[in-house]
Amino acid sequence: MSEDISRRRMLKAAGATLGAAAFARAVAPLAQFTESTNMEEFLTQHYRELGPEDKTRLIARLEEDTLRKYGAEVTIRDFLPQENVQFGYALNLSVCIGCRRCADACHQENNHDRRTNQSYIRVLEMEQGSMDMERGTMHYDHAVPAEGKFYMPVQCQQCENPPCTHVCPVEATWQESDGIVVVDYNWCIGCRYCEAACPYHARRFNWSAPEIPAEEINPDQGLLSNRIRPQGVVEKCTFCLHRTRDGRLPACLEACPTGARVFGNMLDPDSEIRWVLANKRVFVLKEELGTRPRFYYFFDT
Amino acid sequence: MNPPSTPSHESKAVRHTVSYPRFLLDAFDEATEGSRVFYVWMFALTAIALVGAHAWANQVASGMAVTNMTDQVSWGLYIANFTFSVGLAAGGVMMVIPAYVYDDHDMHRVVIIGEVLAIAAIVMCLMFVVADLGRPDRFWHLLPGIGRFNWPMSMLTWDVLVLNGYLLINLHVVGYLIYQRWLGREPNPKWYLPFVFLSIAWAISIHTVTAFLYSGLGGRPFWNSALLAPRFIASAFVTGPAFIVLSLQVVRRTTRFYVPSGAMRTLVSIIRVTAVVNLFMLVAEVFSEFYAGGSHVASARYLFLGLHGHYELVPWIWTAIGFNVFAAVVLLTPALSEKRWLLNTALVLTFVGVWIEKGMGLIVPGFIPSTLHEIVPYAPSLTEWKVMAGVWAAGLMVFTVGLRIALHAMTGEMRADPEDLGAPAGLPTAGDTAADEDAVGSAGEEVDAPSVARVSQLEGAE
Repeated sequence: MSEDISRRRMLKAAGATLGAAAFARAVAPLAQFTESTNMEEFLTQHYRELGPEDKTRLIARLEEDTLRKYGAEVTIRDFLPQENVQFGYALNLSVCIGCRRCADACHQENNHDRRTNQSYIRVLEMEQGSMDMERGTMHYDHAVPAEGKFYMPVQCQQCENPPCTHVCPVEATWQESDGIVVVDYNWCIGCRYCEAACPYHARRFNWSAPEIPAEEINPDQGLLSNRIRPQGVVEKCTFCLHRTRDGRLPACLEACPTGARVFGNMLDPDSEIRWVLANKRVFVLKEELGTRPRFYYFFDT
Repeated sequence: MNPPSTPSHESKAVRHTVSYPRFLLDAFDEATEGSRVFYVWMFALTAIALVGAHAWANQVASGMAVTNMTDQVSWGLYIANFTFSVGLAAGGVMMVIPAYVYDDHDMHRVVIIGEVLAIAAIVMCLMFVVADLGRPDRFWHLLPGIGRFNWPMSMLTWDVLVLNGYLLINLHVVGYLIYQRWLGREPNPKWYLPFVFLSIAWAISIHTVTAFLYSGLGGRPFWNSALLAPRFIASAFVTGPAFIVLSLQVVRRTTRFYVPSGAMRTLVSIIRVTAVVNLFMLVAEVFSEFYAGGSHVASARYLFLGLHGHYELVPWIWTAIGFNVFAAVVLLTPALSEKRWLLNTALVLTFVGVWIEKGMGLIVPGFIPSTLHEIVPYAPSLTEWKVMAGVWAAGLMVFTVGLRIALHAMTGEMRADPEDLGAPAGLPTAGDTAADEDAVGSAGEEVDAPSVARVSQLEGAE
């Protein structure tokens, strides 16, 4: 009887070993993943818990990674929000011709994946006489501006009441004091709840690691903005905070050939954005949702 | 209730440290032994689970680009199955309510099956969530205290709490009952009854919170409906009991555990009501979507009728409606539901029907058209199907093994050796009476008698 039992135990032990071996074989591709990461990265703390030294170390590591994986020397800096600044953006729909140079500039500036031609900006071709996006399209392929159409670029609206940050289970995305909503690429778990929550299709997910040739990489990078994102995390427009917090203008604005875009500090009474808000009849997208965008649209005529 | 000579607390604790590992060892033996059918079944499930694990490992390594999800349709098969599994877990409680609230004795005998189902389904939920994460290596960011837990703001953190809570409650109840049975003692209601009642409220909460995940999003009009949570609960109370009724028939055939027909009748009566309520709410939702019209209806139109030349989801939803209507008709017509094969067909079809309704009929159309009104169709990739099959196989393994241990503890087939535990010999134990009850019950039930004989035959052969 007891011999029978021990024979069974042996058989079971053999079965368990076989099963474990099969399992190890099945999940072997994970080794490839662990090679691309390390303990230090695994244990990286949330952005807001990093001290100055931690940040320096993190940045050094990220720069090193970029050199190793992409072969490009880059400088990553942590641009902090300035006091008494609230950024606002306005777009003149009467002037926009739908050329999509803003989307291209974003693609270059923010080190987007080249294969998917990713960009934080999507331009809708809308029918004159209707604000119904249902009747618009992003897939137009003809000379612009076309007769009877107007064009509406849409990017992150940097909402004052952002649904995306509310839903994040791990506080990997938040609104900074200057109104910009940022993502901690080292903390995001990639659940994509924010992508579902955003009413403006402003967020993008890195379905695989971005591919960019070394010579095309923009080396001026912000820790919370355009540095090359890792695989499996969410990213979004930051109003080019690595530029705008440094006194420059967003790349999409500089690329615009018609001057449709107006950017500035809404707390500065002499800024152009304040003039637009005071003198133009501006509107925001999907106002009824209560998200209170900081991105305004207006018509001249 | 307890052995007559009540030992001191200290010696009691010492005894548990001895007996509990033995119990686990016995449970392990129980889980790894059985008839040839059992081995074939477990082997097949293991194989499927391994295929799923491999597909998932590849997905982690090369990125979620191997799925067919996009920035437009950013959740797909995984989250659909997650939602469905939450319903299955909540549905298990539909045995607990009759058993404990209405004191239905037949149901009381089999209630543990519902609790084991809840455990298996929650395990599946957790696996589906992990499968959907872009960075599963950062899972620890979600742990309260260690990571950064955005509670109470994020509905997903509520889901983490209620799902794990429900898992623990059910593990405790099932684990305690089995352990006591194994010891040969009558379970002390003080140690499980409060948790049973807690689990009832908790079951409702898991599916409500899961519905709130979607219905709380103002930017997704298709989900942004107060009816979503009630619909989830109603359909959960279709799938949970349907799965249990089917399982009970397998239990009858393959074990000597006595399954009273009264329990099956009660469960079918429950499905009779919930299946109709579920259909009614679908009609109510469809009416308010279509009668008012406007751009709000775009997703519903895409789902039911097709939109701008896109019809990808139309066959799915009409299949689901067909299945659910067929099941409702069978269940509501006594002449039809009396035929066991027809009843079983109806239960399988409505199970599949609700699965479609929650996935291809709810999660996916919530993203189509996108928030900028772009139509990007979605059909799961092979990787996604493999991972899904793997998780289901793993869930069924947990269910099979859990059920096997639980039922064998209930029938007394898995029992502590009294000498090992140092208990006075010849002590009358609760298990013996339960076994007697089984014999009586089986004799009274003509269905059970041959199955008992068959099982003893099988065991004799071993």
